[in-house]
Amino acid sequence: MEAHEIFEHDVLIIGAGGAGLRAAIEASSTGLKVGLVCKSMLGKAHTVMAEGGIAAALANVDERDNWKVHFSDTMRGGHYINNWRMAQIHAKEAPDRVRELEAWGAVFDRTKDGRILQRNFGGHKYPRLAHVGDRTGLEMIRTLQDHGIHQGIDVHMEVTVVHLLKDGDRISGAVAYDRERGRFRVFHAKAVVLATGGIGRAFRITSNSWEYTGDGHALAYNAGADLIDMEFIQFHPTGMIWPPSVRGILVTEGVRGEGGILLNNKGERFLFGNIPDNYKAQTAADAEEGWRYVLGDKDAHRPPELLTRDHVARCIVQEIKEGRGSPHGGVFLDIAWIKEKLGNAEEHIKRKLPSMYHQFKQLAGLDITREPMEVGPTTHYVMGGVLVEADTQMSTVPGLFACGECGAGINGANRLGGNSLSDLLVLGQRAGQYAAKFAKDKGDTRVDEEEIDAAKREALAPFDRPVPDAGNAYQIQYELQDAMQDLVGIVRNGEEMERALVKIGELKEKAQKVGAVGNREYNPGWHTVLDLGNLLTVSEAVARSALERKESRGAQFRVDYPEKSEEWGKYNVTVRRGPDGSMQINRIPILEMPAELREIITQMG
Amino acid sequence: MAKTKFKIWRGNEKGGELEEYSTETSEGMVVLDAVHQIQAESANDLACRWNCKAGKCGSCSAEVNGMPKLMCMTRLDELPLEEGVTIEPIKTFPIIKDLVTDISWNYRAKQKIKPFKPRPPDNEDGSWTFYQEDIDRVQEFRKCIECFLCQNVCHVLREHHLEDEFIGPSALVYTAALEMHPLDTEDRLEDLKNANGIGYCNITKCCTQVCPEHITITDNAIIPLKERVVDRYYDPVARIWSKLTRRS
Repeated sequence: MEAHEIFEHDVLIIGAGGAGLRAAIEASSTGLKVGLVCKSMLGKAHTVMAEGGIAAALANVDERDNWKVHFSDTMRGGHYINNWRMAQIHAKEAPDRVRELEAWGAVFDRTKDGRILQRNFGGHKYPRLAHVGDRTGLEMIRTLQDHGIHQGIDVHMEVTVVHLLKDGDRISGAVAYDRERGRFRVFHAKAVVLATGGIGRAFRITSNSWEYTGDGHALAYNAGADLIDMEFIQFHPTGMIWPPSVRGILVTEGVRGEGGILLNNKGERFLFGNIPDNYKAQTAADAEEGWRYVLGDKDAHRPPELLTRDHVARCIVQEIKEGRGSPHGGVFLDIAWIKEKLGNAEEHIKRKLPSMYHQFKQLAGLDITREPMEVGPTTHYVMGGVLVEADTQMSTVPGLFACGECGAGINGANRLGGNSLSDLLVLGQRAGQYAAKFAKDKGDTRVDEEEIDAAKREALAPFDRPVPDAGNAYQIQYELQDAMQDLVGIVRNGEEMERALVKIGELKEKAQKVGAVGNREYNPGWHTVLDLGNLLTVSEAVARSALERKESRGAQFRVDYPEKSEEWGKYNVTVRRGPDGSMQINRIPILEMPAELREIITQMG
Repeated sequence: MAKTKFKIWRGNEKGGELEEYSTETSEGMVVLDAVHQIQAESANDLACRWNCKAGKCGSCSAEVNGMPKLMCMTRLDELPLEEGVTIEPIKTFPIIKDLVTDISWNYRAKQKIKPFKPRPPDNEDGSWTFYQEDIDRVQEFRKCIECFLCQNVCHVLREHHLEDEFIGPSALVYTAALEMHPLDTEDRLEDLKNANGIGYCNITKCCTQVCPEHITITDNAIIPLKERVVDRYYDPVARIWSKLTRRS
């Protein structure tokens, strides 16, 4: 076997979006040697796509806000199967993490009295999202990147991890290749933090980039860690749908936060006719009250467009299915209408939503200050991920931590918009802190040369296999995306998901036989073969978990079990690799919430 | 659906050439869509960078029909398709493979700039008080997506390759964002004048023209920085004053 380069780190962080960068900054602040691996160049991770803002109860715009309200909103949004401790930590610590970003150079939009401005978002009772126009994610990743590069972190750009190494039960490093030359790198580490993001590329219509192939989920699963809540995939209600090539690109919820309304082809605000019982008391009675809420009237309730994403996405699907959709199979999102209410509407829209204005102008030839947009649901986020302890973010494998989208627990059955950026910061910081502590307390590990050689051989195997004329790695990926989109999508049923599992099984066989052309230098064909393995693993986990949960809750809607079940409210579904290599599904009871937190939820109504 | 011809540069640091491909194109497609389609159909190992496909990450910079562009934001219907579309890597940086170049120098250039150093917090909770009008200009600079198209067209880098002496427009935009940040207390003028070489810029404004974020790089970032350097190091009154105060 050819030689590989060896890197020694105390803590290895895999993924350099918001969570990975925040974890790396924290771990390196303890004086340890930290390595940060990213699949792309630094600063290009999917966090740059986050638009709306960071949820934190700073109470700058509405003094009634505090961590308890944020906690309660998060639990309600997640249909109460969230890890309550994580939601509590998140709500309490988010304000400090946001202020810290300001201390590191982030430049948030301001209130009139010179504080961080906050905007309305779905499922949040008060205006809570600290933001910079509609490019908050870029501001966040750039701030972390610019701070991080002066902390002595070793950054490995365009490097993909293919295997986690273990020393007995404990994690001890990782095997990776560099994209540029296809050479192997072996990382020795005392602790590893996964911060690889999500799995959106398993679906055809997605707002996610090529990187989102479930690498962290699959690495953890293959290393023996448990995954949890994999049935819960967030379909963001508003993705672009026209022209076809932009289908799935995100249209920020900030459009609705700034007063945008959803209309069917009859010009009706259809969400007014479909407000869930547990949100009735919090939702505006009519259009007039909704607009007063947007203007900041504290006595008004929020418009129904700001209901949670799971609900809004399903209502959109229903409108389309019942023949009330827009010409290209979506519904209308209209922000231009606010010119009836505001004298300077055009300028206001361009200032608050500059990249949306630009995106539609450039890609769809449409001026959002004058015309409504056409939008439809797009695969956006996975609530499920690596099962971790709330306080430390450590998985069931000692020394293996996970945070950000590839960790799980905080969001339950549905994530509120804005809670991802805050979760990256809060739980990323904790993952870094506790991974550093683990590395210090537990000391050195050993790596197994045979295990390394096996991982290298497997990564190179595609070059020894033929590339079929029909059915190369890209085409297998498209087939998988079609199957997941059509059979395990927004509206599910058992029979279709069984078919999806059969299809996944067939594709697995094909994927094991498919080869790569060319050589090892920057070869996306080869990379796609390797990513396919991860995508197939996470797709199977999603389908199996969704089949197991025989109810509809949050992001999971099953026509064969259309009601929410009290019994299923007591469990999370977990996924683990069995001794024979097959996927095992289990349920674990939800941790009982302490009385004082239950009391908070009751108080908040 | 119609077939369109594409000429894509294939090769590595040792050399390469334009290769012809043909693929179906449809309404609304951007150049990056065509590259992906070609990659999936007939050139599996065609190397290109991309991430967000929405003009927000700055990964897919290339030269399309000779013009520096983000491939994800360049619609095919803006281009004369009958002549075919030529896609080449950005020229200023060393080739790795096909459309992928070694842009690591830009990261090193940025690292030379002294980091943000805020004044002590104004408020007990660790926050500061400042107003929207204090930051409008800084926010313009912070729109930068680091696509490095400005670096690519800057003649100081593209023709003269003075990478050791000049940090280039995108790093100057970053410096301006720090220098004009209402909380920042660091002094970067000496670095700007010496190590970072702001004097090399002779304001031809090529950078501003190619910025996909429409940042007014020359007028709003570089010229004000040049003025600050001139005021300190070349203003005769200031120089005399500085000598007098030093003597006392």
